[in-house]
Amino acid sequence: MSDGTATPAVVRVEGVTKTFPRGNVTALENIELEVAPREFVSLIGPSGCGKSTLLRVIGDLIEPTAGTVRVNGKSARQARRDGGYGIVFQEAVLYDWRSIAKNIALPLEMLGWSRRRRRERVAEMLELVELTSFADHHPWQLSGGMQQRVAIARALSFEPSLLLMDEPFGALDEMTRERLNLELLSIWEQTGNSVVFVTHSISEAVFLSSRVVVMSPRPGRIAGFVEIDLPHPRTVETREAPRFFELVTEVRELLRRRGEHLLPEEEAVLE
Amino acid sequence: MSNAAAVVRSPPARRRRASVVGGLARAGLVALVAAALVGFWELYHWVWVSTGWTWPFVVNDTSMPHVWTIYHAFGQPAQVNQPALINVLLHKTAFTAKEAAAGFGLGALIGFALAVVLAQVRLLQRGFLPYIVGSQTVPILAIAPMVVLWVNPRLPGSLQGWGAVAVIATYLTFFPVTINTLRGLQSADPRALELMRTYAASRWAVLWKLRVPASLPYLFSALRLAATASVVGAIIGELPTGLQDGLGGAIINFNQYYSIEPQELWATNVIAAALGIAFFVIVVLAEKAIVRRAPEETA
Repeated sequence: MSDGTATPAVVRVEGVTKTFPRGNVTALENIELEVAPREFVSLIGPSGCGKSTLLRVIGDLIEPTAGTVRVNGKSARQARRDGGYGIVFQEAVLYDWRSIAKNIALPLEMLGWSRRRRRERVAEMLELVELTSFADHHPWQLSGGMQQRVAIARALSFEPSLLLMDEPFGALDEMTRERLNLELLSIWEQTGNSVVFVTHSISEAVFLSSRVVVMSPRPGRIAGFVEIDLPHPRTVETREAPRFFELVTEVRELLRRRGEHLLPEEEAVLE
Repeated sequence: MSNAAAVVRSPPARRRRASVVGGLARAGLVALVAAALVGFWELYHWVWVSTGWTWPFVVNDTSMPHVWTIYHAFGQPAQVNQPALINVLLHKTAFTAKEAAAGFGLGALIGFALAVVLAQVRLLQRGFLPYIVGSQTVPILAIAPMVVLWVNPRLPGSLQGWGAVAVIATYLTFFPVTINTLRGLQSADPRALELMRTYAASRWAVLWKLRVPASLPYLFSALRLAATASVVGAIIGELPTGLQDGLGGAIINFNQYYSIEPQELWATNVIAAALGIAFFVIVVLAEKAIVRRAPEETA
């Protein structure tokens, strides 16, 4: 990890605790996390480990009870106001009344880009996610996987240095998910963003990431880190490499060790 | 359309042809229902007259004039030295349509603006909504004379008379628009609102880029109600004002001669209904052109 002076971290989470007063739940306890430029970090853990909460704290959608979050050296709030990150949710959350091109242009309109600049950027983004011929379609005419690609294009349209993804492929079937994993990696290699990626799937986390952050529940804590040293570019064959299985096992072991007190059905969610 | 992929692939020509066929089929169905209604009216008339039944009311050529008598009445002058009834009625319809259209436009605008303001300020909503609902429980006939009294002196010459009636139509129009738009503005997907938060979107941007577009289906279902309400409002508004230029005046007039010539009132009713339907259809067509939604979500 970076030491903060040579390469400033894109995300720096220091001592973050989040308690929800209702039910007195400690969703996050004393979280320390840094994400370096161009790093792809996955947060994985069972339901209730606070991985989505942590993502929302980084995005300033939830305020932490204690601790600080800095994004690109700014406070999380300032970073959000400055368009410091793009976000992709589990659902694409596209606006039905807008065409695909107009959906991608939405954040650009918010940032006050000129019509011409917007049109140029939207064309680039459509090419990036390979949906150029669908520019004038409406969201309901696209499959779930295509909709999620539009959401990714929208999140990256204004070139944020950070991409936050909250189980973006969780609602898709296995085959579509694996294809989108490959596409996401190729997009990430082209754009050079830092990514914080929340997932339930061990294989997805290992395949995509530079580093996997394993979390454990009640209270939400970081159980450990697994550095993923699989070479780039990663392909379909990567999933069949012995090293891939070793890393999957390593993540699984870490989850299991910290999750011994879990109920069986919660463990079942992990795969 | 259940299959999204089919929509993607179907060429526009085929889709257009399908919509033309669908439109013709629908027009045919409407004509069929109209014919059935005419048939029912005449059958009812014939059965009740031939059996002498008097329940629930006595059927004769005054209480239920024949359809062809009504149809025939359009071509005859209602009074000596006057043009045919249809010409008179069309002039009056144009006058009432002007009142209704002005009332509809004004009511839609006021209703929408009111909903936007109420949606922004929760406290105003709590305070004012009961009165807005209450406003509709006041019988329009009771307040119409006062509206004329208040509004007319302030109106420029070209708006004299019919302007006050338009205000009465407005009063009936704004209400469904306010109530439905308010619901629509609050119908925006919470995840879409969260997305706007990630853009640090201003209240104004959230309103125009998310809440208002999301409210359009609600707005249009209100406008359909408002379209017919504005026609009814205009006709009723003409009654206490004593205006003779519109359908309301014609209805009052023909009412007095109903026992002698019932077909003239019926002919006027047919025209008034046609005006209401025309308003409704215009709103539906506008909705089709403006609102873009998943096919299964549109009514």
